[in-house]
Amino acid sequence: MSGDPADLTIAEAAAALRSGALSAADLLAAVRRRAGATEAQLHAYLTLDVEGAERAAEAADAALSRGEDPGPLAGIPLAIKDNMCTRGIETTSGSRLLAGYRPPYDATVVGRLRAAGAVIVGKTNLDEFAMGSSTENSAYGPTRNPWDPDRVPGGSSGGSAAAVAVGSALGALGSDTGGSIRQPAALCGIVGLKPTYGLVSRYGLVAFASSLDQIGPFARTVEDAATLFEAICGHDPSDATSYRGVPPVVRPTLEAGPEGLRVGVIAELAGEGNEPAVLAAFGRTLEALEVAGAEVREVSLPSIPYALDAYYLIAPAECSANLARFDGVRYGRRLPGDTVEQMMAATRRDGFGPEVTRRILLGTYALSAGYYEAFYGRAQQVRTLVIEDFARAYGRVDVLVCPTSPTTAFAIGERTEDPLAMYLADVCTIPSNLVGGPGISLPVGRDGVGLPIGFQVLAPPLGEAVLLRAARAVEVLAGFAARPALATSEAR
Amino acid sequence: MGYEAVIGVETHVELATRSKMFCGCPNGFGAEPNSSICPVCLGLPGALPVPNARAIEATVSLGLALGAEVAPHSVFHRKNYFYADLPKNYQISQFDLPLCRGGHLDVEAEGGTRRVGLTRIHLEEDTGKSTHLGASGRIRAAEAVLLDFNRSGVPLMEVVSEPDLRSPEEARAFAAELRAVILALGISEARLEEGQMRFDANVSVRPEGGSGLGTKVEIKNMNSLRSLQRALAFEAERQTGLLSAGGEVEQETRHWDEAAGCTRAGRSKEESSDYRYFPEPDLVPVALEAALLDRLREALPELPAQRRARYAALGLDAGAARLVAEGDGYGPLLDAAVAAGADPRQGANWLTGEVTAHLRRLGITLADAPLTGAHLGELHGLVAAGRLSATAAKEVLAGVLEGEGTPAEVAARRDLIQISDETVLEAAVAEVLAAHPAEVERLRAGEQRLIGFLVGKVMQVTGGKADPRRVSEAVRRAAG
Repeated sequence: MSGDPADLTIAEAAAALRSGALSAADLLAAVRRRAGATEAQLHAYLTLDVEGAERAAEAADAALSRGEDPGPLAGIPLAIKDNMCTRGIETTSGSRLLAGYRPPYDATVVGRLRAAGAVIVGKTNLDEFAMGSSTENSAYGPTRNPWDPDRVPGGSSGGSAAAVAVGSALGALGSDTGGSIRQPAALCGIVGLKPTYGLVSRYGLVAFASSLDQIGPFARTVEDAATLFEAICGHDPSDATSYRGVPPVVRPTLEAGPEGLRVGVIAELAGEGNEPAVLAAFGRTLEALEVAGAEVREVSLPSIPYALDAYYLIAPAECSANLARFDGVRYGRRLPGDTVEQMMAATRRDGFGPEVTRRILLGTYALSAGYYEAFYGRAQQVRTLVIEDFARAYGRVDVLVCPTSPTTAFAIGERTEDPLAMYLADVCTIPSNLVGGPGISLPVGRDGVGLPIGFQVLAPPLGEAVLLRAARAVEVLAGFAARPALATSEAR
Repeated sequence: MGYEAVIGVETHVELATRSKMFCGCPNGFGAEPNSSICPVCLGLPGALPVPNARAIEATVSLGLALGAEVAPHSVFHRKNYFYADLPKNYQISQFDLPLCRGGHLDVEAEGGTRRVGLTRIHLEEDTGKSTHLGASGRIRAAEAVLLDFNRSGVPLMEVVSEPDLRSPEEARAFAAELRAVILALGISEARLEEGQMRFDANVSVRPEGGSGLGTKVEIKNMNSLRSLQRALAFEAERQTGLLSAGGEVEQETRHWDEAAGCTRAGRSKEESSDYRYFPEPDLVPVALEAALLDRLREALPELPAQRRARYAALGLDAGAARLVAEGDGYGPLLDAAVAAGADPRQGANWLTGEVTAHLRRLGITLADAPLTGAHLGELHGLVAAGRLSATAAKEVLAGVLEGEGTPAEVAARRDLIQISDETVLEAAVAEVLAAHPAEVERLRAGEQRLIGFLVGKVMQVTGGKADPRRVSEAVRRAAG
């Protein structure tokens, strides 16, 4: 076949595998070659599962040669963010504290991908415990942006986003607590979907903020994202917050187009505060939608200015408890101490990076006696207001839209000394985590220096069908086809 | 001036569910250390809790049995503190929305019944077990700590009483009655020696008859009814001594030292914890449907107090009524015996006397013994018909408990059936009188004690199988 298999979409690769034009082993080899050519610059992966990937590729080829239909993901090389447990494969969550930790079990999503015949290439880099927006907070060094290695890929799922953008995986899983899938997807010029809270099991996801965390896919097309979503969603008895009903059916309406779609532009997020190039690309996309028959109107969500504040109380509060288990007693790196308490304290002080420590302290403080009502209690009230605001808006429109990130990829090191500037990177993505509804980012253009710009679509909880329909319509209208320099120059 | 104690008791009870509170690991005692564990109860990264419906139902059942208000909407909270045997370094517990609120337990106290109010009943997970190694065995000086997480995640129900108890004896009676209710419900084996039921208590003292509350002290670490009573007695006396001497009681947590027989102050720093409770985001609120509550209410068994009252009405004295009502399996067995024709009092006497003693000799429990209510009914019939003496009846019971068969079979095999045929009996009497003419003469002359001599001779002749009462009557008739 012509071209490098590493540049195929999941749908194209699946068709090639079925037709016999390509073997899973060759596809894996192509993806490995791409990783070999790019990893030195990118550092998207923390661990490669060489043997496991080969076994999975062989199994997929065997099934295909027997004439079986092993499903749309059989033989497809995928990457997994390193905060999802993989049995026997090192899972560090980007933290020094978990260096060398090999979980005894697979996360539910990993099990589902394996059952679907997917080839898991490796584990990708992330901000430590998924706390960050640039993947600079990894204890194992930053991941770089494939469009410009001097820039960040976004975060916290920066490794997964970079791998998919560059072709060292055809798709990947990330986790999104405040934008950690959508923001890196925007900064890396690919599609990133955060499903409705509860549709994808969190069992085996190293928790950051339990009420906000959601696993979702990265892919190069909306259709591929839908394929991955279909593979990982569904009730899991091991996750008590897992949705018990039938997951939304997305495929039949995927190509329904923009006609008649009621699109609400979030006034508070689609104006001031965004870079001009971002606003311009966003505006062009809206015009295209309108021309194509969508009803575009502005919608105000007055609680949005408070969402960031509420998020930065709720998420640290939950993380302060979720990360308490990392004490060196049962697993992970342990530092010595004269007493058990001193051992725990030394282990934690040494094991956590500055951003994680900052959030644990913030959260511990917000939950302390005498402060609970003023901080955590008040933040939960704001969360309720945000939920109500969105519910009202969804009474009038089918989807809400805004830029995914106010800026394109920023330079490595640019914001590391200013946590508040870093927190603002998530201002557009955080509200939907508070609400629990799905959100997706897809590329719609590039700025003056060629960096990709993300367009975000949000829908009400369980609204994946209309979300993906709208996203697919935008994808068609935007016609974004650029690939990062690192992916296209084999002669680097 | 006299002082009285004001006491509230917090009781932790490990529920006898098949699996643990938030995972599928078996909930059992005595397994190899760290053998009943999984990612969830070990707090591994990524593991999530799923609540045990049976544990929730068990807790609700106790609430219903004690007249508590069952919350239609209840929430689990995280209680945050660092401890090596707490795998997540937070305990999933309940805070302001427990499963049950209110209710009461009536306790028989000196001078009548004391109604003890309940504050709440909630559900949480147990911790693992730490063993401190080192010369002293004390926590601070330990050289190493061994951790066993088998107990981690075992469902733990907490019953909190109002400060309605007025003496250490009442507190003990409350704990005993609560245990009896829990056993009747079958929700825990409540074995104190295995730590399945543990007590903390709040105690203060005040001038007798007063209505205010003194400064309270919390006592922890009591693992038996006896240590609960001893600790409270020690603490009430300590506080009374302080106040009588013009001193003050300091609000604090003290630990009961069983060996030394006293309470000791805890380290205040250790106790001034801020648990930073917040709703457990990995769980959704517990919503209990009316149909479930109806089903649990209908399934409630007869409670110990009701059972005691019923036995008292059958003529049992208070002690026997309590023994039968609370002995494991005794009540149902007595009910079956009465249904099979046994006299309630006779049946209770056998159960609390010979049966209990012989089970102890055999080292088995009633549940393992082959004794049935029908057996007791049959035994009663044999005694009432004069075919077994009271003494022989006890021997028959022993035989039944040893698996020799029904009472009739045991009596036959052990040759214990009394001669009830009058002609045989009278022939034996005639034979004895004829053999001892001198003694018969003296009896007729008024020497009554010779009746005993002649009865003994008849018993000898009959090989001990005659009913002595009837022999005595026959001797009187024949000699008279």
